Amino acid sequence: MNIPKNLFYTKDHEWARIDGKTAYVGITDYAAHSLGDITFVELPKINEALKQAGHCATVESVKAASDVYAPLSGKVLTVNMQLATNPELINQAPYEQGYFFTMEFSNEAEKVNLMDAASYQQYLEGLSK
Amino acid sequence: MSYIPHTQEDIQQMLSTIGAKSIDELFKDIPVTLRPKSFNLPASKSEFAVTQVLGNLAAKNATGLVNFVGAGFYDHFIPAAVDALTNRSEFYTAYTPYQPECSQGWLQSIYEYQSFICELTRLDVSNASLYDGGTALFEAMMMAIRHTGRNKIILDSGVNLIYRTMLYTYTSNLSIEFVEIPVVHGQSCRQELFKYLDDKTAAVIFQNPNFFGAVDDYSDAVEKVHKFGALAIASVYPVSLGMLKTPGEMGFDIVTGEGQSLGIPLSFGGPYLGFMAASSRLVRQMPGRIVGSTVDSDGQRGFVLTLQTREQHIRREKATSNICSNEALCALRAAVFVSLLGQGGFKELAEQNYQKAEFAKERLSCIKGVQVKRASPTFNEFTICLPHPADAVVQRMIEKGFACGFPLGRFYKGMDNYLLVAVTEKRTKEEICRFAGSLESVL
Repeated sequence: MNIPKNLFYTKDHEWARIDGKTAYVGITDYAAHSLGDITFVELPKINEALKQAGHCATVESVKAASDVYAPLSGKVLTVNMQLATNPELINQAPYEQGYFFTMEFSNEAEKVNLMDAASYQQYLEGLSK
Repeated sequence: MSYIPHTQEDIQQMLSTIGAKSIDELFKDIPVTLRPKSFNLPASKSEFAVTQVLGNLAAKNATGLVNFVGAGFYDHFIPAAVDALTNRSEFYTAYTPYQPECSQGWLQSIYEYQSFICELTRLDVSNASLYDGGTALFEAMMMAIRHTGRNKIILDSGVNLIYRTMLYTYTSNLSIEFVEIPVVHGQSCRQELFKYLDDKTAAVIFQNPNFFGAVDDYSDAVEKVHKFGALAIASVYPVSLGMLKTPGEMGFDIVTGEGQSLGIPLSFGGPYLGFMAASSRLVRQMPGRIVGSTVDSDGQRGFVLTLQTREQHIRREKATSNICSNEALCALRAAVFVSLLGQGGFKELAEQNYQKAEFAKERLSCIKGVQVKRASPTFNEFTICLPHPADAVVQRMIEKGFACGFPLGRFYKGMDNYLLVAVTEKRTKEEICRFAGSLESVL
């Protein structure tokens, strides 16, 4: 399972790549794998206000429809339009071209609620037991 | 599977397991005053006796009246082939298939029904049908609310009161702001519409022809509605689409309607047929089943249920709707009806309705004291103003053998003297003339 070092993770299997005040957001390799072939993503609207752990997107695979929760509070800056026509990018490159959106986050302190790569790895091991 | 009722011992065992003393105790949360007083069922009777009782009850209905009542449900001719084909046991006795792809015939019939609905409305995608025109309109409104994330609905008062009441009842526990705009000279008042239209509006809902029978081209209103990022919804009478400008051409985003006029007999309480079509960008918000066409691993054409992630069995509480089946048999009737008529026949059906109603308008306008409302063009239904309350006139016309129309005072304040008259292809010239003569004699 691919768990890049420089990202932050949630228990619901979202990741955030933080760059200054901006964060890239997507779902983890583990989530993409568990869902199977992803066929559709409903992305948030640009400028939409997000709350940490609040609903921000929906992914549909051939098996299920699942909600995606915001890793941090803030405002949506851009959404990955590529996913509208190529949702399979989420399965192929969940941490790169398969990202969902970028956001400006508003509360640095919320980072304490996120896991680093090592803790997320441990969390996943816990789940598979 | 045989039916095995619970024995007294079974019942006692279940009661003692959950700690209840009697079956009555299970209903203790329901106040006694609200419980049934008595089911008042007579002792059992033979089949013959039951047939007689029910036959006598049925005979109380007036079935021999010449029908000029519409108001949302219309007396159209149904070719015998509709019954012959839909009564085939492969269709008639089948319940909704739990392995739908094993029932290719069933899927194909729905696919063809959906194709007809798209052709008639000129919208991109149709679902497999809904219960009736009212529930379809409710689902369309909820689609708009989900799609826009807004909760204000502008409702034209020319929409059937039954539907408006359903929208209010269904949503009485949701926070939705409704605004009703008036009808002026038969047409939806644009000035009032534009006054209330804003960037909080989720949808504007029209009916074409409206309840007064008036036909309108809503293109201008739809364009304005879109400028505010809202959706335009129309409830339409499918037979009228054989000659009127289609909702697709007017730019509507969602179209619904009552499909009863497509081969389904008039009956009190249904079953009827709700249809719905929408622009393809809204397909994921659509309720209910959608049948798609595809090819199998050998490259042969086949049919599947598609986009099921919208539906309840996959999306659980986040489903677009609690509708998880469709009105398959009625949809099949509609598909058979439309295919029997064909494109030319459907157009002719619409034209006959229109021409016969125009003829009736001419005849009725010759009666002293009767005023035919002509401010707007109409399809097969129109409004007349009588010198007396319409309710009384309806009573007197029943004695003459006519169900002469719908008294508008029942739905609209101050319209006690107004009568809504529908004329379908079934009404002959002779019937229309007799109708005019009888009306003249009772006034």
